[in-house]
Amino acid sequence: MIPGAFEYVRPGTVEEAVAALVEHGDDAKLIAGGHSLLPLMKLRLAMPAVLVDISRIPDLSYVRVEGDEVAIGAGTRHFELEKDDVARAEVPILPYAASQVGDPQVRHRGTLGGTVAHSDPASDLPTALLALGGSVVVQGPGGRRSIPMTEFWLGFYETALAEDEVVVEVRVPRTGSAGWAYEKFTRRANDWPIVAVAAVEGRVALANMAGAVVRATATEEALARGASIAEAAGLADEGTSPSSDMHADPEYRRHLARLLTRRALEKASGAGAAAA
Amino acid sequence: MKVSMTVNGQQHTDDVEPRLLLAHYLRDVLGLKATNIGCDTTSCGACTVIVDGLSVKSCTVLAAQADGSQVTTLEGLAGPDGELHPMQKAFREEHGLQCGFCTPGMVMAAIGVLADNPDPSDREVREGLEGNLCRCTGYHNIVRAVRSAAQAGPAAGQVPQDQEVAR
Repeated sequence: MIPGAFEYVRPGTVEEAVAALVEHGDDAKLIAGGHSLLPLMKLRLAMPAVLVDISRIPDLSYVRVEGDEVAIGAGTRHFELEKDDVARAEVPILPYAASQVGDPQVRHRGTLGGTVAHSDPASDLPTALLALGGSVVVQGPGGRRSIPMTEFWLGFYETALAEDEVVVEVRVPRTGSAGWAYEKFTRRANDWPIVAVAAVEGRVALANMAGAVVRATATEEALARGASIAEAAGLADEGTSPSSDMHADPEYRRHLARLLTRRALEKASGAGAAAA
Repeated sequence: MKVSMTVNGQQHTDDVEPRLLLAHYLRDVLGLKATNIGCDTTSCGACTVIVDGLSVKSCTVLAAQADGSQVTTLEGLAGPDGELHPMQKAFREEHGLQCGFCTPGMVMAAIGVLADNPDPSDREVREGLEGNLCRCTGYHNIVRAVRSAAQAGPAAGQVPQDQEVAR
């Protein structure tokens, strides 16, 4: 399969990338690792006229502690996040979720900013990020702004990112030794999840239970008022709208959401006790 | 557009369409046909090559994205005198192939596995090769080959082109 023809530009700075987006508007698409976009382009489901390759922009790959938060550059590749010592110590759910993406070759190419901007409801890292909270830092013609994680993913391939903005950084709270879990249900080793659940510090996010990754708010509210794990987990699918495909019908996805939420919460509370 | 890259130690510069995939550049422009295209959807790993020290699926990388890179394909593994790379030797000795279609990608991905972990367990080899499918299901001997290569020393996790596979 061969992508449709396009013009290729390779900006050296975020400002140049934004300028290219301003110039070409809807015709332009950003590419970094390309492991979400290129498959779509090969199927001609995406046919951008201009491809803006941001993978060579320096200083977009880092993980560092800044106050109460961990700041991660959008260009950080999944394998880098997976192996990063700061991330493992400060926000361990993220390197674990990174290790669950695809296979080693995919993790060598895919970037955090890419998976965040792509907004596939079944993606591992956005699910973990949504459970963590924090914000996505984006840069446009008017400078930088911060979008809360809970307001970033709007639907299938749809985000709060404007047409002329670039994701430059992700900021999440440091969770340290707090309990966490990422439960992913797949048919085969490196598949996308049929359903996945991320849990950390009483916050729960679900993959593949709606058009975008979503928080299990009914579960969170139940936990906050002191409900048992079993009771809270039983509400995990409330307010979701899972789809039907060859792997699972909506009812089965709802069952998985409740089951995996219970497992995730049990694991997270156990891990917290062990670490304390 | 012009792309330049070092493939198996040799510098190449070619005028290509931006949409040309690295797998097609290697096969059709450079004539390096060891790199197979299997599924063409980033699933099977048959097209795995090493780019700047990392295993990647060349069906999902543009030649333009590899501009300026060091690329190693299966053809670049054996020495000038035909001496096989330790991973190739191990695949031969342990019979790590049946029909052979997945083998070039499997060998390149296996080098990447040892680059990351010089002495993996069976399970770690299997997880490291999860992105490579063998339709003959000849996995047992492939795992045996990778573990045997690991015993041959650090060269089994490196490609020869002056670039150690470092992560």
